[in-house]
Amino acid sequence: MHKRFKHKQTIKKVLSFLKKYWALELLSLLFAAVSVILTLYLPILTGDAVDLIVASGLVDFDGIMVILIKMVIVIAATALMQWLMNTCNNRITYSVVRDIRRQAFDKLTKLPLKYVDSHPHGDVISRIVADVDQFSDGLLMGFTQFFTGVMTILGTLVFMVSIDFWIALVVLLITPVSLFVAAFISKRTYSMFKLQSETRGELTAHIDEMIGQQKIVQAFGHEKEAAEKFQEINRRLQSSSLKATFFSSITNPATRFVNGLVYAGVGITGALSAIYGGISVGQLSAFLNYANQYTKPFNEISGVVTELQNALTCAARVFELIEEEPQTPDAPDAAVLKDARGKVTLDRVSFSYRPDVRLIENLNLDVKPGQRIAIVGPTGCGKSTVINLLMRFYDVDAGSICVDGIDIREMTRRSLRENYGMVLQETWLKNGTIRENILYGKPDATEEEMLRASKESYAHSFIRRLPQGYDTVITEDGGNLSQGQKQLLCIARVMLCLPPMLILDEATSSIDTRTEIRIQKAFAKLMQGRTSFIVAHRLSTIKEADRILVMRDGKIIEQGTHEELLAENGFYAELYNSQFAVM
Amino acid sequence: MGKLLHYLKAYTKESILGPLFKLLEASFELLIPIVMAHIIDEGINNKDMPYILKLGAVIIALGVIGLVCSITAQYFAAKAAVGFATALRYDLFCHIQSLSYSEMDTIGTSTLITRMTSDINQVQSGVNLVLRLFLRSPFIVFGAMVMAFTIDVKAALVFVVTIPLLSVVVFGVMIISIPLYRKVQNRLDKVLLHTRENLSGARVIRAFNKEEDEKKDFEAANDALVKGQIFVGKISALMNPLTYVIINVALAVLIWTGAWQVEDGVISQGQVVALVSYMSQILVELVKLANLIINITKSLACAKRISAVFDTKPTLLPGSGAGQTQELSDDVPEVVFENVSFTYANASEPSLKGLSFTVKKGQTIGIIGGTGSGKTSLVNLIPRFYDATGGRILIGGHPVSQYTFEQLRKKIGIVPQKAVLFKGTIAENLRWGKADATQKEMEAALCAAQALDFVRDKDKGLDTIILQGGSNLSGGQRQRLTIARALVRRPEILILDDSASALDYATDANLRRAIKNLDKAMTVFIVSQRAASIWHADQIIVLDDGEVAGIGTHEELLKTCSVYQEIYYSQFPKEVAHA
Repeated sequence: MHKRFKHKQTIKKVLSFLKKYWALELLSLLFAAVSVILTLYLPILTGDAVDLIVASGLVDFDGIMVILIKMVIVIAATALMQWLMNTCNNRITYSVVRDIRRQAFDKLTKLPLKYVDSHPHGDVISRIVADVDQFSDGLLMGFTQFFTGVMTILGTLVFMVSIDFWIALVVLLITPVSLFVAAFISKRTYSMFKLQSETRGELTAHIDEMIGQQKIVQAFGHEKEAAEKFQEINRRLQSSSLKATFFSSITNPATRFVNGLVYAGVGITGALSAIYGGISVGQLSAFLNYANQYTKPFNEISGVVTELQNALTCAARVFELIEEEPQTPDAPDAAVLKDARGKVTLDRVSFSYRPDVRLIENLNLDVKPGQRIAIVGPTGCGKSTVINLLMRFYDVDAGSICVDGIDIREMTRRSLRENYGMVLQETWLKNGTIRENILYGKPDATEEEMLRASKESYAHSFIRRLPQGYDTVITEDGGNLSQGQKQLLCIARVMLCLPPMLILDEATSSIDTRTEIRIQKAFAKLMQGRTSFIVAHRLSTIKEADRILVMRDGKIIEQGTHEELLAENGFYAELYNSQFAVM
Repeated sequence: MGKLLHYLKAYTKESILGPLFKLLEASFELLIPIVMAHIIDEGINNKDMPYILKLGAVIIALGVIGLVCSITAQYFAAKAAVGFATALRYDLFCHIQSLSYSEMDTIGTSTLITRMTSDINQVQSGVNLVLRLFLRSPFIVFGAMVMAFTIDVKAALVFVVTIPLLSVVVFGVMIISIPLYRKVQNRLDKVLLHTRENLSGARVIRAFNKEEDEKKDFEAANDALVKGQIFVGKISALMNPLTYVIINVALAVLIWTGAWQVEDGVISQGQVVALVSYMSQILVELVKLANLIINITKSLACAKRISAVFDTKPTLLPGSGAGQTQELSDDVPEVVFENVSFTYANASEPSLKGLSFTVKKGQTIGIIGGTGSGKTSLVNLIPRFYDATGGRILIGGHPVSQYTFEQLRKKIGIVPQKAVLFKGTIAENLRWGKADATQKEMEAALCAAQALDFVRDKDKGLDTIILQGGSNLSGGQRQRLTIARALVRRPEILILDDSASALDYATDANLRRAIKNLDKAMTVFIVSQRAASIWHADQIIVLDDGEVAGIGTHEELLKTCSVYQEIYYSQFPKEVAHA
């Protein structure tokens, strides 16, 4: 019941997407109706012609000629209608699919980061790509086959009844058998298919782990165990696949057998009726033709129904994404932050990712313009969370964050983020050339500006050595660059924009310390007069900071300059000294 | 495909019987119109009711026999196809496992996974379809023509003209649209790429306020996809109307010819009806054949991708096995590099140049150097993940290439840069190091790896389930478990490839101390960017751009090696270092 309700909701939404193309849909229906009627008319013409060919000397050539000319006209018209209908359906389906994808992607850029962080990316991708694709297949099939199928069945019935009621009744009584057979088999095979896809999933997971981490498998000489486990699942898949494949493939011969029955039924009753002059031989031939046409759509429709159900399930998954709550939009009167001075205030800020796990509580911080703030602390203490809040990737649960005295929730996100330059530990680069990536934040920068930025971030020397220099294409996930090189590019990207405030979250963690020292110098120049927040593991990189915040379990437990903190001899001093521990 | 066919060998019987039964069924189907012609000509014209009923029963009987034959055929086909795929899948898995690092680097894992899963599934259904239908459809098409000839030669000539014409249309449309489909598939990949990028780069995109530009890019990819789909759709939309026109025009011609033949007394009215039936049968089968061929082309493309994997041969071959390595006397060095050079496949520049050094049993070796200086490449040569392209490497007095992989890798415990754990419990993961490890051994390893405390804190301890990718553990915890995994086997040589980067300095120091306490005889290689992690080592190898910039103890290098000095002082400014 619940599932049916859900399907209903989904259908409603699909219809709302279809509304835009009502004119095309109307045309498509019209073309379909005309082509079905014409298709059904053809056997009657054939039958009429056959009736004119009785025996030697009893052939009416003039009559046949007239019928043949009619036939040719009907054939040409049908073909035209079919083509127009197909073209309309194509256009409708792919346009709807494009609209759905567009909306889904649009939502993607508006979703709160919480959603992006907490949902497996593979799942979201498969919604936008695979599910929409599946949906389009179903929709197209529905359009081309469902409607014409129903029309054909009804039309055939009308034509058949108009020729001979009793033979039509025979057809009407036998055909549902094929539906029952198909339904019976598909019900039986459902559980087999389920088992097959579960086993398949299990096998894929195993492959994903073992091939994905082959280097480790080999390092630990684990190949034999992996192959054994593989074969065990593989064998189970074999037996479940065999069952599913075989039983589902019975449907076809079984329905074909029922068709044969219909054919035989029509043949016998038709022939008997012909003996008593009920119908002519030509009409019998038309009937036999109908018997074939009439059962075909039944088989098709049962296929289409499963396909449509599948399509609806897929559509529901896409709609789920489209209807996901977006981040709260900027207020219409939101302030626009221009060239921030860089005064940042955190006032009694509390935040947690999950309600049951408290993270940041009652955090206070007052940063003067131009100050350099370093944040240190053990893994999981909430350092990166502070960054998430500053950039407003997440909204605070309580308290407030102000920049230049304005609450960041009362300014546009765009203007807030324009004022920050950010380099993260996760080095994300776009699929494109190195030049495009450096220009990402400032596409209209001149060549000189770009070169200067890449030189200042020490990326220039390695870029120059690449075969295509700045036009080297970065492959997906940046596979052709080392982690350190990617980080340098991310730094160059920010160097080019020169925003008034900076956030460096483990920005140099993958760069060797010699290069890092140089980048630090470049950063130092960059940070001159700019408020900056630096999260770092290597304590040596943050000693110059104006203020160091030591975080632990979501709270600031110590703060001060490097010297002050060392003198305090607390947690920071412990952390700092441990790096010099000698065994 | 040819090479893959031998996987069907074990199912020769099924592969022959399946199509055979299919043909049997098709033959019965071809008989039906003839029977119907008799019903019309003799039954109706002679008003012979029993004859009609008799022939009606014959039609039903033909249907029943057909049903039995076809179900038998389906069973054989399914058995052969599924068995084929199962054997193929296993062999492919084993083959991929035998590939070495070098080949894995070039091919890439994600495509290997698709080939193992969806490509094989596609081939399986292709084989199934071929066994079921590939012979049947042409058989019916030509059978219908032959039957037409038995009725009347002149009328049959209509078939002779129609069938090639239809084939040209059906295959022509397919030949045009298949490459276009591939193009559409590539455009779909672009849409996928944009979506993935926008998920993984959500922070950066928003930080740079690029949402609108990204939307535009996506829209362009999306539009290109739809344009392609509509274009291909338009072409394939031609197929139905065209075949419809050809068949039905042929039907009209057939009626006209039939009319003349009847007039001349060559054939009867019933036979005209039979000819018309045969023409309709051809139409149905041709549509099926077209679908079949699309599926087969897809399967062939997949089969090609699978064959390509089989054609990739592992470049590293195991040695014949080194003579039973007895306890080494202390003067035989554990690891020796003799003028070793190494260049990655497809790389123009060598990653390591002329490396020579000797390591004694029980020593700790620190390896330090800048990004891309060759640290990881160096340690990857020890377990022979790659072969050196110049010079040679000795372990326990024997060249590494002499050992079997099993012999060699049993000696070595590796902790890779990326902390990878597998689905299963913590204990199961630790047993990767040593299959029969006892609780005590595992706890000792965990203790040395500084992981015992947090494992004990878990409700289920060693039996705690690790989710795929280790997502329920922190980075530092994962790293410590991978260290424990390597320690469980008590290797002769332990390699830590920058594997303490997620640990804070205190834990890192404790870890190093504990490893030494666990086994004094263990030779340890530590790759690190932190000077503090390696300055205690017996020997430090300083790498710079693939070459040794200095080898020695911390004190020696501090005096003589400028690269080391630079690294060291970048992390420890002079005043602190001397404090």
